[in-house]
Amino acid sequence: MYLLETQNINKSYADHQALTNISLQIPKQSIFGLLGPNGAGKTTLIRIITSILQADSGTILLNGEKLQRNHTQSIGYLPEERGLYKKMRVGEQLLYLARLKGLDRSLAIDRIKHWLQKLEMLDWRGKNIEDLSKGMQQKIQFIATVLHEPQLVILDEPFSGFDPINVNIIKDEILNLRDKGATVIFSTHIMDSVEKLCDHIALLYKSKKILDGKKKDIKQQYRTNRFEIDHVGPLKGLGGIYKIMESRSLDENRFHSIVQIPEDHNPNQLLKELIIQTEIHKFAEIIPSMNEIFISKVSEQS
Amino acid sequence: MKKILLVVKREYITRVRKRSFIVMTLLTPILFAGLIGGLLWVAMANKVEEKVIAVIDDSGLFKDKFQNTDGIHFIYLEESIETAKSKFSHLGPDGLLYIPKLDIQNPKGIQLFSETNPHFGVINKIESTLEAEIERIKMVQLGVDQQMLQSIETNISLNTLSLTSAGEKASNATATFGTAYVSSLLIYFFLFLYGVQVMKGVMEEKNSKVIEVIISSIKPFQLMMGKIVGIAAVGLTQFLLWVILSFAVINAGLLMFGLDKDHAALISETAGIGNKASEFTQANSEIMELMGTIPITSVLITFIIYFLGGYFLYASLFALVGSAVDSDADSQQFMIPITIPLIISIVALQFVLLDPDGQIAFWMSMIPLTSPVIMLGRVPFGVPFWQLALSISLLIGGFIFTTWVAGRIYRVGILTHGSKVSYRTLTKWFFQNY
Repeated sequence: MYLLETQNINKSYADHQALTNISLQIPKQSIFGLLGPNGAGKTTLIRIITSILQADSGTILLNGEKLQRNHTQSIGYLPEERGLYKKMRVGEQLLYLARLKGLDRSLAIDRIKHWLQKLEMLDWRGKNIEDLSKGMQQKIQFIATVLHEPQLVILDEPFSGFDPINVNIIKDEILNLRDKGATVIFSTHIMDSVEKLCDHIALLYKSKKILDGKKKDIKQQYRTNRFEIDHVGPLKGLGGIYKIMESRSLDENRFHSIVQIPEDHNPNQLLKELIIQTEIHKFAEIIPSMNEIFISKVSEQS
Repeated sequence: MKKILLVVKREYITRVRKRSFIVMTLLTPILFAGLIGGLLWVAMANKVEEKVIAVIDDSGLFKDKFQNTDGIHFIYLEESIETAKSKFSHLGPDGLLYIPKLDIQNPKGIQLFSETNPHFGVINKIESTLEAEIERIKMVQLGVDQQMLQSIETNISLNTLSLTSAGEKASNATATFGTAYVSSLLIYFFLFLYGVQVMKGVMEEKNSKVIEVIISSIKPFQLMMGKIVGIAAVGLTQFLLWVILSFAVINAGLLMFGLDKDHAALISETAGIGNKASEFTQANSEIMELMGTIPITSVLITFIIYFLGGYFLYASLFALVGSAVDSDADSQQFMIPITIPLIISIVALQFVLLDPDGQIAFWMSMIPLTSPVIMLGRVPFGVPFWQLALSISLLIGGFIFTTWVAGRIYRVGILTHGSKVSYRTLTKWFFQNY
């Protein structure tokens, strides 16, 4: 069951095409990474999902229903451009934003208290936003995003500008949300930053989707069958099916080598051969990062 | 709808709670009352300055005929005009009136000497006294007896009344003129003040980037309307508080002298001349009477209608500008076309007040961009109902049109940062699908 489906979404601005035939399926209770360089169309797609913009053509289904205005109540959105009313008090601001999402007043107040307590900010409830540090403002904004317990949480460049401590707090909270049943969309151009969190991934490039699917499957598909080995004593050469791509000395007698094995070949065989020759300190498969996959995919296309 | 109300409430509460709002609301009526009081005081100070006129009556016809008044004191001199003239400056009187031996049929050669140009009121008083006395003498000579003369004497003071379908009302040209001028200026001031507040509010949301969170919950148009309505409520609150506080301050001012309107009249009659306090209250009660001649209720009602109508019209244009620009500096070029009709209205107001039923007045009170200021200038003089109805309908049509245009540009503008915006860009945004 998909929580969100986009079907052939097209959107153009006066001077350029922002989205071309974008079809995505976002499974329920998953963390979905919407990746791509700046200007690929990620924010436009998100704005269409949040009803801020309208697509020129195509349909969006939320829980199998065609997306409507009142669906915004089941969506929580943290825009890339963060901002709150500077002269408004923390508590009032959260209450206002929650009520705009249709939350009942007393329920909203309870939840605000709960969240402020959780993120250790209860003492700041009566302060104006402008009196808060940047990091605290971001926490408030995160609370505002999830206060109405949306089914779909969309985070645009979630970690840009957050300090490392907050990044960890927010990461934990995101995983919590997912475990409680929410679906999360991450959008970012710094692909490595969310790679570990995502279950599903879509890559956008110049308004088009160039790759999508389960992260596991994609990684599988882009396996290089290369292994990196740290060892003591030089390699004297391996059997014909193995190719030594690189071998350099780290210090005195320690070496770092990269070995290519044939597809569908068991690395244990390689290991056996290595053990005879050298003392092995590290043996690991080289898994390409999302960034590398992206680059190879883009160069493949052009 | 419920969400628009949330926006309205936020806009209203955050503004009304501001210190600047409270200070402005409380201080303005006090300043205003102070200003009126000051003007009254100055007027009075002018009035009580007494002129002394020395009279040399060689004709012997005007003995004791010159009666002292509030402003003029007459003294009779028993000396020749030459002596009086030679020591005039030492003597002290402000004027020297010389009446030579007169031929009653052709009274000539009466002279008034003074150092400075004599006051109009003084000349008037002297001339009328002389005329009245000579006329009396002539009548006696013609055989009209004294008693008959007294019975002929009539005193007319014209009451000006304005005739409308609602019946006749006492009117006073000065009060009407003043009301028209003040209410026009006030509406001009309000449209500007609150229009700019809308613009600043939109820019604040755009620049603080909070906008994207908000419009992921409600439509941009709802947000814009909520903001405009919320600020309108702030404006109305301020206006009503000003009206109430002004009345309170004026009444408090009267009470400070221990008097109300009726007592004031009574006391000034009994206390006689020279009592400043009673003069003050007399002047005050005159003002109260004048105020009674102004159609206050209809001025208030039309003020509120035109404030709201004009405000919606201009506020949506100001919102448009606020959404299009990134900084105050950029807003200038778009402010100009909005402010020009307002400034033209204020300039044209002087002509309109002189001729409130003329062509300029009529047409400018129909065009929605100028009608709020101009119509308020016409209302105290009385405006036919059909003109009011037409003007208000046009104004409503006008603001529906401007909010529609502004809404289309606003939804694109609020999400656009960093690009230099021109009128061409605005047109493009207007036609853009979103």
